[in-house]
Amino acid sequence: MVAQNLIFGVIAVAMGIAAIRVVTTQNIVHAALYLVVVLAGVAAVYILLAAEFTAVVQILVYVGAILVLFLFGIMLTRAPIGRTSDLDNDQRWLALAVSLLLLGVLAGVLADAFDDTKLPADAAVQRSGEVGTSIFQVYVVPFEVISVLLLAALVGAVVIARRD
Amino acid sequence: MYLNQFLLLAAFLFSVGVYGVLARKNGVLVLMSIELILNAVNINLVAFGAFHDTVAGQVFALFVIAVAAAEVGVGLAIVLLIYRNRHSIDLSEVDLMKG
Repeated sequence: MVAQNLIFGVIAVAMGIAAIRVVTTQNIVHAALYLVVVLAGVAAVYILLAAEFTAVVQILVYVGAILVLFLFGIMLTRAPIGRTSDLDNDQRWLALAVSLLLLGVLAGVLADAFDDTKLPADAAVQRSGEVGTSIFQVYVVPFEVISVLLLAALVGAVVIARRD
Repeated sequence: MYLNQFLLLAAFLFSVGVYGVLARKNGVLVLMSIELILNAVNINLVAFGAFHDTVAGQVFALFVIAVAAAEVGVGLAIVLLIYRNRHSIDLSEVDLMKG
């Protein structure tokens, strides 16, 4: 238990710092690399929650695929690779106020609702087989809808980005 | 482990993502901030799934990951199109529909 909480603390601090750097750094490639830290930290949190299959999918899809897409996007739009002071707009302080207000409200509600709620201490690892069974029995209709959505997004992205 | 430590971490990530969406003007960076928001939601889903001892949370997190992949694909295509038409992805200059 203590070890788990210690690991969670380390991961949470690393993720917090990296997330703040993603939205404040003045180097766009560094932002993508800090995003890797956040996404890997999310995968580690999934492992702490005994959701191993989701953690592996997180690594495969986010760190493996989406990050590469972002790097392609950075390169194809010829973004300034080095430091630049031109990445933030002039409503930064308003945005900071809004997000701090949002964080305050969320934290207050969560502290009120789940103050001492503990996760089940002896939670069994949710096996990948159970996840698969659940997807293909209970949630088979959303699954099919998602596959059509992915196809539509694929065709849509090609059509949008194609040079005529 | 408390449930709240995961939910508070997710709330923090969500707020940071909202700040990024509002304060960044580079289109790719806005998409990255949206990924932060989606990941915060996924942490919530998996945490509540573990709390109620059901795989439904994980299943919906997987669906959200799939939708996020589709969203990034289309979003980057749109950003690319904006760049091709205007030679800049400064979102504060994209104000064609501003009244």
